[in-house]
Amino acid sequence: MIPTRAADVVVVGAGPAGLHAAVQAADGGASVLLIDSDVRPGGQYHRQLPVEFGAVHPERAHHDQAEAAELIARLARHRRVTQRQQVTVWAAEPRLGGGALLSVADTSSGRAVNIGVIAAPRVILATGAYDRVVPFPGWDLPGVYTAGAAQALAKGSRVLVGQRVLVAGTGPFLLRVAATLIDAGAKLAGVLEANHTRGWVRRPRAMALAPEKVAEAARYTATLTRHRARVRAGRAVVAVHGTDRVEAATVAKLASDWTIVPGSERRVDVDAVAVGYGFVPQLDLALSLGCGTEPGPDGGPVVTVDDYQQTSTPGVYAAGELTGVGGAVLSAAEGALAGLATALDLGTLGERGHSARAAAWNGVRSRYRRFATALAAVYPVRDGWQSWLSDSTLVCRCEEVPYRALRGAVEQSGVTGLRTAKLTTRCGMGVCQGRMCGANVAALTATLSGRDEPADPLALTTRPLTTPISLDELAADPARGEHD
Amino acid sequence: MFTESPPATADVVVIGAGIIGASCGYELATRGLSVLVVDRGAVAAGTTASGEGNLLVSDKTPGPELTLTQLSLDLWRELPDRLAADLGRTPDLELEDKGGLMVARTAEAAEALRALADDQRKAGVTAEEVAADAAPELEPHLTRELVTTVYYPQDQQVQPVLAATAMLAAAVARGATVVPDAPVTGLQRTSGGFTVQTAAGPVSTPAVVVAAGPWSGRIAALAQGRLPVEPRRGMVLVTEPLPPTVRHKVYDAGYVADVGSASADLVASAVVEATRAGTVLIGSTRERIGFDPLIRVAALRLLAAGAVALFPALGAVTAIRAYGGFRPYSPDHLPVIGPDPAVPGLWYASGHEGAGIGLAPATGRLLGELFVGAPPSTDPSPFAADRPGLAAAYPSTAGDSA
Repeated sequence: MIPTRAADVVVVGAGPAGLHAAVQAADGGASVLLIDSDVRPGGQYHRQLPVEFGAVHPERAHHDQAEAAELIARLARHRRVTQRQQVTVWAAEPRLGGGALLSVADTSSGRAVNIGVIAAPRVILATGAYDRVVPFPGWDLPGVYTAGAAQALAKGSRVLVGQRVLVAGTGPFLLRVAATLIDAGAKLAGVLEANHTRGWVRRPRAMALAPEKVAEAARYTATLTRHRARVRAGRAVVAVHGTDRVEAATVAKLASDWTIVPGSERRVDVDAVAVGYGFVPQLDLALSLGCGTEPGPDGGPVVTVDDYQQTSTPGVYAAGELTGVGGAVLSAAEGALAGLATALDLGTLGERGHSARAAAWNGVRSRYRRFATALAAVYPVRDGWQSWLSDSTLVCRCEEVPYRALRGAVEQSGVTGLRTAKLTTRCGMGVCQGRMCGANVAALTATLSGRDEPADPLALTTRPLTTPISLDELAADPARGEHD
Repeated sequence: MFTESPPATADVVVIGAGIIGASCGYELATRGLSVLVVDRGAVAAGTTASGEGNLLVSDKTPGPELTLTQLSLDLWRELPDRLAADLGRTPDLELEDKGGLMVARTAEAAEALRALADDQRKAGVTAEEVAADAAPELEPHLTRELVTTVYYPQDQQVQPVLAATAMLAAAVARGATVVPDAPVTGLQRTSGGFTVQTAAGPVSTPAVVVAAGPWSGRIAALAQGRLPVEPRRGMVLVTEPLPPTVRHKVYDAGYVADVGSASADLVASAVVEATRAGTVLIGSTRERIGFDPLIRVAALRLLAAGAVALFPALGAVTAIRAYGGFRPYSPDHLPVIGPDPAVPGLWYASGHEGAGIGLAPATGRLLGELFVGAPPSTDPSPFAADRPGLAAAYPSTAGDSA
């Protein structure tokens, strides 16, 4: 059970940001409750191989595994830290006097069991991001995976998505996914980078900001080279084919705006495709708490934070990808700074102690934020993907809404906003609640209606009910946590 | 047409492209007027997008609102064909004659329900008391722990955004212009009427219809009009898609009391219904807390508990989303439809609270008739802007001469 006496600081999410937030807050003298929805801590980045696999060289598949494992072990021993896995926040409300009331459920039984309300005077949201995939004809066929899912399967359970795999999309994450798949034994049919770039490796200033990242990319590239898998730039998977599952993909050259270069299409036999077009920050808890947002490095909405990682809602901090996608190092720095800020606010850490501990993290944060901006500039998602769609391509998979339905809504009914798009076409109304389609429906609605962005850009991102929960569990009046 | 910039002039400017503005715009356009409909955001994205699509006679006590509802339900039935004539296609509004079931679970509620049904029958409503053993036939999963059930076959359901967008498209087919994303920032009175300042440009017009739902009071104030409409928040809970489980609109008899209440506090009574997609909508709460958009878990908890009390089988069903919005609350629970006698050229169509979807066609009809001086389909006086029922809501006017 969740302790009825709430901790000084509640951290939501145990990825790089959450782990560093918890350890810094606790080292700073705060009592910390760290909750995470996954089976093991680490998040997507430090995904832990289940112990039962008994891997001899787990570090081969696990980036910075040793460091993450040490952090996790330290937290487990920390006397001021309580840690709970498989606990998910299904709703969040601002708390009078600051912080949040978090309605939480235990998901260890496979269903959400309401275990109460945590009154958190200070909460650090470290909810991360999820993969973005743009639609293309056939993308709903079995055998098409998000790059993140393909990697998680390979890393977390040593499951290969296919024997002959195409990796496509944009961004350096593709390299990591490709290297992971190779290490796990897959044969790559190619790695396609949609942007016309050999990446930031060619950008000395960006490289100087993040030498660790350059080294990391060099490692992946070496793996790829050893296995004769080459990154080809300016190309994408623009369609996949098959009856019951993926049998082939159409690969095409792209112009700089990502429209298809006519005549460049060719068919490749593959049994799986892993696609990744960057990441979408997981904003729903922040929005439920009324946190203000702003355009992030890639133009999409992110949570606005100050130098202390505090959001516009008092007592609510945010760290990691939800303040702007920038990778694990930036997330760790933001998490650490958020944790230190809560200890400072609590008074268990003095000004001088705070300054001393925060200095190094501040440097990392500013360097990696500049790096994230450079990265977003090199790996944008260009609107030309919209020309890959056919009338029948699904834009929302949960509700099976074809592209022509969305276009019809804009053309015939003057739809300029996401809420109206949703209610006239059912886009985003299904089980995933727009997590998969939201960014794409927003881009399509804007283009079709001739606007820079939809009238209500957050309408498919606002999810007061963050996790599905049964009505019985929802109706249960749980024993409340301490309110003040 | 749907466009980004308004014309320089229009016979009438309708402010608000929700279902009320859509209906007014459509009715005015069919009367040959050049109509401009503007909205601060996307079309049908405010209150219209936050409701359940209730077209109910069952929750109305006899009086002007019931009379207007009866007119409106007749208009709803013929609306798809009317719109088809303008659109060249029959729009799918998900309009269903599904009927309502009102359930009393205590002896006290049963007595009140029977009395209500008696009164309603005298006013022409079909209200059939269902024997306790016959209720499962109508609604197999309904709780057996009930005292009385009354069946209202005239209750209907519609998908409000589909209806509003279809009405706007029909208005456009009749020559109207719709400009979304154009907030109105000023209403200057001129010798010939008004200059409507919008974010997309100014428009000169002899007449303005304020159909801005809960934001109507603010818009009216721009032209020194006084309209005591304020927001009353509601939340709705939505389940995963289910095989057919709920056949009618089923609600607790307590709903009628909540609709009529003036309380600012949170009140909730379950209204349970299935949509065509198989999801079950569970409404609805009422609380007057201004334009605070944030969810309250307490409200969702009340809804879930109310739904499970009516349909125990729903307990194991998963809720996948919740949404909320603001109803335009008027202090005497009646809409304001007609001119502001104090401001020539300023018209109102607002204050419907939770009945705006149901009342939209009749509201547009009545407003259109009054606007052109045609004989009204129903007595407009109960909805007049200067009726006594609203006077009490105005703050003391002493010294208020601005």
